[in-house]
Formats: sequence, C-alpha cells, structure tokens
Amino acid sequence: ELAHSYVSDKFFLLLISYFCTFRNAVLEFECNKLGHSIPAARKTGTTICGVVFKDGIVLGADTRATEGMIVADKNCSKIHYISPNIYCCGAGTAADTEMTTQIISSNLELHSLSTGRLPRVATANRMLKQMLFRYQGHIGAALVLGGVDCNGPHLYSIYPHGSTDKLPYVTMGSGSLAAMAVFEDRYEQNMEEEDAKRLVRDAIAAGIFNDLGSGSNIDLCVITKGKVDYLRPHDMANKKGVRTGDYKYKRGTTGVLAKAVTKLDLEVVEETVQTMDTS
Amino acid sequence: MLEESTESEWQSEVKTGTTIIAVEFNGGVVLGSDSRVSAGETVVNRVMNKLSLLHDKIYCALSGSAADAQTIAEMVNYQLDVHSIEIGEDPQVRSAATLVKNISYKYKEELSAHLIVAGWDRRGGGQVFVTLNGLLSRQPFAVGGSGSSYVYGFVDAEYQKGMSKEDCQQFVVNTISLAMSRDGSSGGVAYLVTIDEKGAEEKCILGNELPTFYDQ
Repeated sequence: ELAHSYVSDKFFLLLISYFCTFRNAVLEFECNKLGHSIPAARKTGTTICGVVFKDGIVLGADTRATEGMIVADKNCSKIHYISPNIYCCGAGTAADTEMTTQIISSNLELHSLSTGRLPRVATANRMLKQMLFRYQGHIGAALVLGGVDCNGPHLYSIYPHGSTDKLPYVTMGSGSLAAMAVFEDRYEQNMEEEDAKRLVRDAIAAGIFNDLGSGSNIDLCVITKGKVDYLRPHDMANKKGVRTGDYKYKRGTTGVLAKAVTKLDLEVVEETVQTMDTS
Repeated sequence: MLEESTESEWQSEVKTGTTIIAVEFNGGVVLGSDSRVSAGETVVNRVMNKLSLLHDKIYCALSGSAADAQTIAEMVNYQLDVHSIEIGEDPQVRSAATLVKNISYKYKEELSAHLIVAGWDRRGGGQVFVTLNGLLSRQPFAVGGSGSSYVYGFVDAEYQKGMSKEDCQQFVVNTISLAMSRDGSSGGVAYLVTIDEKGAEEKCILGNELPTFYDQ
C-alpha cells in the first residue's frame, strides 16, 4: 500500500490513507458479536472555540484527553498547525483530528508551493470538508479552523459529516454550549486583541469547569497578519496543589532489634535517571 | 447521562431542520429560508444562509442534512461554471435543476437532502424546480423542509397567480415567519433572495422585524 524510497517525510503523509475504515468497522462488529470489545478510542471530550477580532483570529482549547471516563492525557495539545498563517483546533476522536490536520497541512504546503502564494483559509476549509464528506462521518473530527490570509481573518467550524459554517465566533466539543453562552453574552465586533484573548479564555474556562469532558489548562493561539502567538499554556486554570501530609515515616519510628550487612561485589556501568510524575 | 453529555455532541449529524420556499412571479423568482442549523437538540448555527448561489441568476435552497446539501450545491456550482463557459452564455435554470436532480437521483440511497432550484433565464423567465428524491418538476411555487408541513395550508390558500414582485416577497416572508413560529427546527432570521433580469438581490430580515400573527 505505501510507497517507499526517495519521498520525504511530508510526502509520506500524503500516501498514508484510510484504506482500512470499512474493514475496521466490520472487524469491530464481528468482535462485539463474539463478546469482546475493542479498546476505547481516545477522545478529546473538549471545549474548543475561536473568535474573529479587529486584526485577526484567537483560537482557544482546553487540554484534557479522555479514554472513556478516565483522563488519558492531562496536557494534550489540541491546536494543530496547518500552515504558517492557519491553525486548527480539533474535537472528537484524538487520532482522527491529529491525522486529518496533518494530511491537510501536508497537502496545503504542496499546494502553496505550487501556487507560490500563502495558502487561504477557504482552501484549507474546502480540503477538510471534502475529505470528511468522503468518509461519511466515520472520521470523528470536529474542527475549528482559523487563519489570516490576503482577504483578512476567517473562521470556520467543520463537522464530522462534512458541513461547514463561516461565522465570527464558533465553539465545538462537549463543552461547546458552556463556551457559546459566554460568547453570546460578551462578543462584540472589532474587539481589541486583549479583549478577544480574555473572552476566549473565559469561554474555555466555562467549558473546563462546567463540562466533565474538558479540563486542565487553557491553550490560546493568536493569529494576525504576519504573526502567530502560540500560547501554551496561556492559563493554568487547574494547577495541582502542594501536599500538606506525607507518607514517609521518620527514622526510628520502628525499633531495630538486629542488623546484618552483606557486601555485594557490584560495579556501576551506566546510570540514567527518568523522573516519574509522583506529585 | 454522563456518557451522553460527552459523546452525543459530535455523533449526531448536523441537519438543517428548515423551512424553505421559492415562488415565481412575472419576470423572476423570490426564494426564502430560515437560518437555523441543529445537531440533535443543539443549535450549532443560528444565522446560516440556506440560499446558496449556483450561478449569477440561479440560486438553490438547502434542506435536510447540512453536509449533503452543502456538498451537492458546491458540486453543482462547479459543474454550472464549466457548463456556462462551454455554452458561452448564462445557463438555463432547467440545466441547473437537472444537474441537482442527477446527483440526487444517482445517490438517493446515500443522501438525505432536498434542494429547491430557482432562478431567471432569458428563455423561460423566472422558474422554480423541485428535485425531491431525484424527480424534476417545475412548479409555480414550492416549499420544503421540516417547517413546510405547517404552512401547506397557508401557501395553498394565499398563493395567487400573477402576483407582483413586492407581493411575492411579502408572501414569502409571511410563510417563513409562520413556519418559524410553529416548527422547532426552524428559527433565527429570514433570508430573502429576489432574482430577475437585472440580477440577484439578497436581503436579511432580523427576528424582530418579521411579521407577527395571532398570539405573538
């Protein structure tokens, strides 16, 4: 299926395709019939949103990835690079959003080299919607696409079945209703950058605190003409507290009756340290 | 309950719910639609313009699955552009409707969208075509979408042949307004497109400017 040899990494991504979706669906069905269940796909639960302000776009996302009811990743990155002037937030199945955005990013770079121009947001939108429609909703990727091109700032929301909406403010994911409530209350046209950042931060925070599928920190991405500010994290809304108690006992808590030391003839060859998150 | 709140959001398909209408008058057509797009119980876009451009003087009204309807409209837009360059003049409304019908009929098992095609051309003047389920039929006026069921009586009673442009626009606005107030899947603002020899004129009527009826 996959061609090898002289092609570079970017080209390689082009050739990876979803030949297996139908086969996977059949396999899953057969597996369930036999009584076993396929491991749960990691979803991003999520609150993502975007807003158009005076000079450009602000995209925002939370950072929790869930596997059923367990948090699989406390600090995952949901704002994906598409091109130097276009970024995309992804909700739904984590693998689908990751791969879809990478494929379109690769294709867009080739397209941009072919045209000799900076890619337009409408182009990325078309490519994404045509691909998602082709897979009839089986690719669970709900995206918020935003960027600034020669025609100004643009913001699109793209649904898994392939429909898109072009709007001044959008929210997606399980926390979308909470975030939309904030937007509907406080959105204005032609906001300043700081106001827009605060609005997006508050919308994501609403999703984080009122939706179980969203949590942890708030990532922001501010795109203006010629500049991108990828603020990760912008706001650590859920910092872990410092433990006040300790499970370690003081030396001497247990009385020692006898002590016997045996020396082992060992030589240290290599020493590596890898810290574990035990906080 | 917990499962649903985290998973239902992206699994339910985005539908346009909708009320759409197109009416012929002497010298052109008027198309109208509401603006609500829902995914399950959530409204995902409250200002969507469901009157999609197929060509300068040919528009179509979208209803049913948002993805299917948008895709059909974009495909036909492309095919019409090619066709109009090939024939060297503006395409006929019947051609546009035929292109929509071909897609709707060929993929009728897979698609669930209904497009009403309406426009003006030199040969036939203003024309309205329905393409439901892959049929092609020219009608003096047509309604579609989930909200249309509530207004069949109204349009049948109020439509008169030979209405003027302004009367048609008022008729369309009244129909949309009545449907929006009774159908849960229709709402938002009303979009109007008037197409005649001179071109297409788009208008948006906000919620508080819509006509009110009994009980409002």
